Amino acid sequence: MCRLCALTSSEPLSPMKAIEALDVMREGHDGSGVGLFLSDLGGPWEELEGAPILSGIFTNDGLKRLDRFMMEIGFMTKYKLSIKTPKRTPPGVPKRDVYLIRAYELPEEWDQLPPQEIRNRLLGVRLQLREMGQEKQDMIVFSFWPDCIMIKEIGDPMTVAEYLGLDRKELRARIILAQGRQNTNYAINLYACHPFFIQGMATMTNGENTAFVPIREFLSSRGFPGYVGYQSDSEVFTHILHYTQHFLGLGLEHYKHVITPLQDEVLETHPNGPFLKHIKRSCRRLIIDGPNCVIGCLPDKRLFMVQDRKKLRPGVVGGRPGLYAFSSEMCGLDAMIPDRDKSKDIQPMHLDTVIVGANRQEVRLCSQMDTLPPVL
Amino acid sequence: MLSDGHIAPSSLSLRDLPWQVHWSLEKCTLCGRCTTVCPVHAIELGVFRKRILETALGITQAPSNVFKVFYGIRQKTDPAYACIGCGMCSLVCPNDAIMPYRSEEADKLRFHINRGGQPRRRGGRRNVPGGILDRIKFIRISMLTDPALDAGRHEFELRSLLGRVLPPEENLRRLKEDGWIPPVREIYPLIIGGMSFGALSPTMWEGLQMGVAYLNEELGIPVRMCTGEGGCPPRLLRSRFLKYVILQIASGYFGWDEIIHAIPEMKEDPCAIEIKYGQGAKPGDGGLLMWYKVNKLIAAIRGVPPGVSLPSPPTHQTKYSIEEAVAKMIQSMSMAWGFRVPVYPKISGTSTALAVLNNLTRNPYAAGLAIDGEDGGTGAAYNVSMDHMGHPIASNIRDSYLTLVRLGKQNEIPLFAGGGIGKNANLAANAAALIMLGASAVQCGKYIMQATAGCLGSESDRCNVCNIGVCPKGITSQDPRLYRRLDPEKVAERLVDVFLAFDTELKKIVAPLGRSTSLPIGMSDALGIDDPAAAQRLQIAYVV
Ligand code: SF4
Ligand code: SF4
Repeated sequence: MCRLCALTSSEPLSPMKAIEALDVMREGHDGSGVGLFLSDLGGPWEELEGAPILSGIFTNDGLKRLDRFMMEIGFMTKYKLSIKTPKRTPPGVPKRDVYLIRAYELPEEWDQLPPQEIRNRLLGVRLQLREMGQEKQDMIVFSFWPDCIMIKEIGDPMTVAEYLGLDRKELRARIILAQGRQNTNYAINLYACHPFFIQGMATMTNGENTAFVPIREFLSSRGFPGYVGYQSDSEVFTHILHYTQHFLGLGLEHYKHVITPLQDEVLETHPNGPFLKHIKRSCRRLIIDGPNCVIGCLPDKRLFMVQDRKKLRPGVVGGRPGLYAFSSEMCGLDAMIPDRDKSKDIQPMHLDTVIVGANRQEVRLCSQMDTLPPVL
Repeated sequence: MLSDGHIAPSSLSLRDLPWQVHWSLEKCTLCGRCTTVCPVHAIELGVFRKRILETALGITQAPSNVFKVFYGIRQKTDPAYACIGCGMCSLVCPNDAIMPYRSEEADKLRFHINRGGQPRRRGGRRNVPGGILDRIKFIRISMLTDPALDAGRHEFELRSLLGRVLPPEENLRRLKEDGWIPPVREIYPLIIGGMSFGALSPTMWEGLQMGVAYLNEELGIPVRMCTGEGGCPPRLLRSRFLKYVILQIASGYFGWDEIIHAIPEMKEDPCAIEIKYGQGAKPGDGGLLMWYKVNKLIAAIRGVPPGVSLPSPPTHQTKYSIEEAVAKMIQSMSMAWGFRVPVYPKISGTSTALAVLNNLTRNPYAAGLAIDGEDGGTGAAYNVSMDHMGHPIASNIRDSYLTLVRLGKQNEIPLFAGGGIGKNANLAANAAALIMLGASAVQCGKYIMQATAGCLGSESDRCNVCNIGVCPKGITSQDPRLYRRLDPEKVAERLVDVFLAFDTELKKIVAPLGRSTSLPIGMSDALGIDDPAAAQRLQIAYVV
């Protein structure tokens, strides 16, 4: 089982904040791995606006192949963070050559491209690297996107964090998503490790998506190159979010209407009933099932949490203006923000979407029963 | 026959028949009920001669004979009157004195039921028990993250969609631009398959309709029933209950004059129109209503003279090619109801199903595809068609679904699977297996007849006289003496029982799989089978 926590803060925070919370929730995960997504970065990254950051794990040969490849397509390294690890790996953590976090300058020819095209090309590069790496087993690529860093490794979260020295200034971020995982359905594979990422969006899930196979079939048959992978049943949550926003132009408030639609009797009287009925029918193949709590982050730096249709998973959001935390367990939230007003904590129920905006001033709770904002 | 008598090629003994009627002299009261009820006149009053030898012990008295006569039941051996094992004789016998038994050896009758050069025709289903559907297991029990769902307590949404579902982008675009969005019905995933008014007796038909109305209006379960090819009673056409009915049009177009004329007076649109191109029980053969069953009422509804056999042509006469025919018929049917009613074809299971399906994917008006597998039932067909023609439903549905997946159109054209669902009474398990293989819903007829009206047919050739109007249960007869045996109210009650029980069983299957928010269409990771070849063919897990 996974344990999740996320932070959104006006001041950049060390990822250790989240790792410590995972450690508190340790009894709920077996410490088989950790995944981190950092965005709204602080430190040196702040000046690198628009420069895509590549995060991944490489062998020495893989790194050489990466450099050759990036050079060929015209990417220049702009900034890099070297993670120096101690000689001896702690028990349960595999030995790696290079943990890479590197920002690139876009190729000159891309200057004239429309933003949409740039986004798709960045995705293309990531997928190509992933494919190259899978072929020779020499690279694992998590993300390639401006203002996003991802770190994933097998092992106990705290041990891994100390080993990688994550408590450093360069890794401070205003948004942190962290996940400690127990390997459940599928073989241990870092591509099965949450959070999942696509074009600036990341989500992680605590639960089991029993409708995984039909959803995977739907997404894979959209003809969109990014809808691949699926080493984990939870990856589809990220891609559904991406699909609803990029292909359907829907907002975050609609996400829950896609994955866990209201029942027809309720839609009869809903202010957006007719519209939602169309969503429910045409997106029926994206309806999720099973117990799930999803925490995610959008490119506009909004953080959200949604639950499955029956609220079979816990999940809590709390904090104060300027600092909010999301957690799959109350003790995780306590570890991250002990001095908050607990009476203002929110445990979203089966109809709710919790959203904290980029200004971090309040927690917004939208219910599926509410009138929806107009679709663009 | 005398031992030195004449034997014709088709002279059979009781031993040669598939069913032997055992009768007890001791228990029989000669009430005559059995001979009256026997639908095929297989038994009659028999006068038997009996000789009793009386041999005294001493030598003074000469031995003598006594000849006696006694009365009882005699089974006929003429192939035309062979017992069909229906068991009605035992049902009516007040003393349990009579019972048909199946011969343990293959009968010899089968070589003689083509007298006059007429091959055997019958009703019923393929005479092959068993089947792959019963062997499919649900193996992906959700044990990892949570206790499984509670079938009795949690909310379940087990509905399906009938109609062309647009891809999400397209749907939203048309919504914005006020374009035509194909009609879609939300239905229960168990559809009562096409059994015509005419094939079924009026009481049976009425019972089913009442049951369907009750399920919809009182219990909120959106059950739909297809008419089969035989039109629809005029009052139903003009009633609000029409919305629960799928009207079928087939190659004989029976009843469509009446239907078309009723359109202006319809209060509700029908649920959908099914265009029958083929039927699993008798692929390549049209419908057949034999003259015995064409009484005045049936004739009026179908728009034909009474007392004539009504064979539908094997093909739609207007058909030049399937592409053209399907396209034209779908379009004209859609047009007839102002594009407000989903129209879909039904074909028999076939290795060419994918060609039809591919064609439908390019037809924006096609609202689905129903495929009827080889185990489907029928009111009348040639035995050879029933037993030897057709394609199993499981692989047909699976291939069709996977083709749609490749095209990215899975569930946009819903697939309806029929033929052999619940053949061995495992209705919910078979339905769930087909749904997880890719069907959006299943169609079922025989189980409904067996469960709601006590049909006696089986996969081992019991009864099966649905074609000649002598149905001993009054299900498929137009003879009032027979169909009055069936109380429509009771049929309706049983139909409600069937659906409620099915619903609980379906929940008992999907809940442990962790599914409740939507029907698990195509959830093939939940399926396993103990046969490696079948597993590979269906692309599901092989488990032993
Ligand atoms: S079993 Fe049916 S067909 Fe056979 S003798 Fe009895 S009533 Fe007649
Ligand atoms: S009981 Fe009636 S419907 Fe059933 S097999 Fe016999 S004749 Fe056919």
